[in-house]
Amino acid sequence: MNTNTVLEITVNNHPGVIMHVTSLFARRVFNVDGILCMPTLDVSRSRIWLRVKEDERLEQMARQLEKLEDVLMVRRHEASHEVFERIEEFFAA
Amino acid sequence: MKYTGAEILIKLLERQGIRQMAGIPGGANLPMYDALSRSDKIRHILARHEQGAGFIAQGQARVTGKPAVFFATSGPGVTNAVTAVADAKLDSIPIICVSGQVPQEMIGTDAFQEIDTYGLGVPITKHNFFARSARELLEIVPNAFRIAQSGRPGPVWIDIPKDVQNELIHIEGDWPEIGLPEPPPAIDLNSIQEAATMINEARRPVVYIGGGAIHSEASDEIFELIEKIESPTVMTLMGLGTIRSDHPLSLGMLGMHAARFTNHALEECDTLIALGARFDDRATGKVAQFCPDAKIVHIDIDASELNKIKNAHVGIIADLKQALQELLPNIERGSNPDWLERIQILKREYPLDMPFADDPMSPYGSIIQTARMLEGETIITTDVGQHQMRVAQAFPFEKPRQWLTSGGLGTMGFGLPSAIGAALEKPGATVICFSGDGSLLMNIQELVTAVEENANVKIILSNNNSLGLVHQQQELFYRKRIYACKYERQVDFSIIARGFGMQACDLGDCIDPMTTLAKVLAKPGPALINIPQGVEHHVFPMVPPGAANREMLCGELKGSDYAEATT
Ligand SMILES: Cc1ncc(C[n+]2csc(CCOP(=O)(O)OP(=O)(O)O)c2C)c(N)n1
Repeated sequence: MNTNTVLEITVNNHPGVIMHVTSLFARRVFNVDGILCMPTLDVSRSRIWLRVKEDERLEQMARQLEKLEDVLMVRRHEASHEVFERIEEFFAA
Repeated sequence: MKYTGAEILIKLLERQGIRQMAGIPGGANLPMYDALSRSDKIRHILARHEQGAGFIAQGQARVTGKPAVFFATSGPGVTNAVTAVADAKLDSIPIICVSGQVPQEMIGTDAFQEIDTYGLGVPITKHNFFARSARELLEIVPNAFRIAQSGRPGPVWIDIPKDVQNELIHIEGDWPEIGLPEPPPAIDLNSIQEAATMINEARRPVVYIGGGAIHSEASDEIFELIEKIESPTVMTLMGLGTIRSDHPLSLGMLGMHAARFTNHALEECDTLIALGARFDDRATGKVAQFCPDAKIVHIDIDASELNKIKNAHVGIIADLKQALQELLPNIERGSNPDWLERIQILKREYPLDMPFADDPMSPYGSIIQTARMLEGETIITTDVGQHQMRVAQAFPFEKPRQWLTSGGLGTMGFGLPSAIGAALEKPGATVICFSGDGSLLMNIQELVTAVEENANVKIILSNNNSLGLVHQQQELFYRKRIYACKYERQVDFSIIARGFGMQACDLGDCIDPMTTLAKVLAKPGPALINIPQGVEHHVFPMVPPGAANREMLCGELKGSDYAEATT
């Protein structure tokens, strides 16, 4: 069975960052099925949460993400993460 | 003082040490050009196509190792530049493309010559910028130079809307520090120890050198390593030049068009020492069968290259030169006579066949005889195709940054403009561009740029009136269904060259080709040397795409084939 993984990515908060991040997934035809992005307390930074299917390529992709100039940190949460569970009600309909 | 955005850009480029740069002006970058016209430090080279400008920048960057810049206008200028930038991405070349963009208030309206430059740039650059204000340029430009040359180098794109170029701002006090490479990552000394142990225990080692060795200027350290352990050494297309081709431990290029002994040696090695290489499919063949018995030590500055294709037993993320400096004191001097003996046997059993090496008209002979005649500093560029692989096999490379070729993207049209860029940076050198007629036609317009610049570029044209490598693949892998790769009309390249003001000769029309070749090579300034060649000559050996490297095809070229081919 496919299980989810959640990636937590801290980035510089400016236009184009989401595109840099998501294009790494798109070019591998890798579906991102959940995405959230908000500025952090320090508004010069944002946090992007991605929910993707567990995949052996993820390790490699996390390294590719870390290479991006505007990506400051990548953390991988193995199981499902409450950030997505808590907003599920907005998608229930 | 007050400066416009365009003036700030030019000032920052001057401060970075830019002295020559190519480009093409247009509506959206005219303010930059106006500011450039007033620079007494930077000389502009007017290319004839933005792809040409981009490859001129690549030629400059590849021979110097320093970032080079080029300019393009918005819209079609940008789309034309894309190929040269993508090529730089795949070969890790530090170039910076600065493009004009429509004014910010028109962005998103499908304005004249508007295109989503930022969106196009994302997948083909190391990083790209959109400047929203003149003041932002003070950060963007030094950052672009820092990023282009830090860690694994790569191209950066700066897109500047016209209103930002015209925006006038006050600059008080100092200009920002120039952008310099970041210090490389700290080296994990434990893994250095592990690597040393593995190397010291090796009985059948092979050192496998990639383009990273050139970028990191690690040639001397690699030389010391291979001599210390007497290890046979292979190079990727991008790594050629790191070790002299005629060094007794050099086995030349590995992979799809390697000598058979090279690929066989790899198959038998017990320890593979991968230095700044990325296990590209053209080098490894079918990965599962690449060095099947080997333990792997992999040193690379790009963490995402470790364990990408092949898992390394010891992986070290580091600048190669520094890592080797740490490693070398831990390496025991030694030799494995049985292994070296085995290599000699493989060399005798599976030699690289380069037929007609004495004939300057033949595919291999034109390369070998040219090499023999060259004196002083020499730089070699190629286009893409059979001629490229033959040069990689046959040319006696002597040092790093002598060899410029489009490896990762394999872009036809690379050879001529990158040769011009190389000549601009090395005015005392002879720059040889080995090209094919298909490739040369892809950036033929830059002939006139070479003439205007009086660049010392000699084009050796392997003219088979075909897309030779395509022809070869159809013949070998598509049951000889030759289609869409033979030109119906023959182009007279000598006339074309002369039309652009370049001296030219045709070895097919002269009585003594050897003397003519020598004469043209010795005369300074740009020249084209056309050499008619038959399309029947395949470049061998060849590993079929997707096959293991041991499955090399080798056709035996007979004298009779050759006679037919040249008449
Ligand atoms: C821009 C581009 N288009 C297509 C190709 C595919 N391709 C690879 S080699 C080749 C033929 C090259 O012909 P030529 O330059 O005459 O060299 P030859 O193989 O005859 O030496 C082609 C079409 C390519 N590499 N680059």
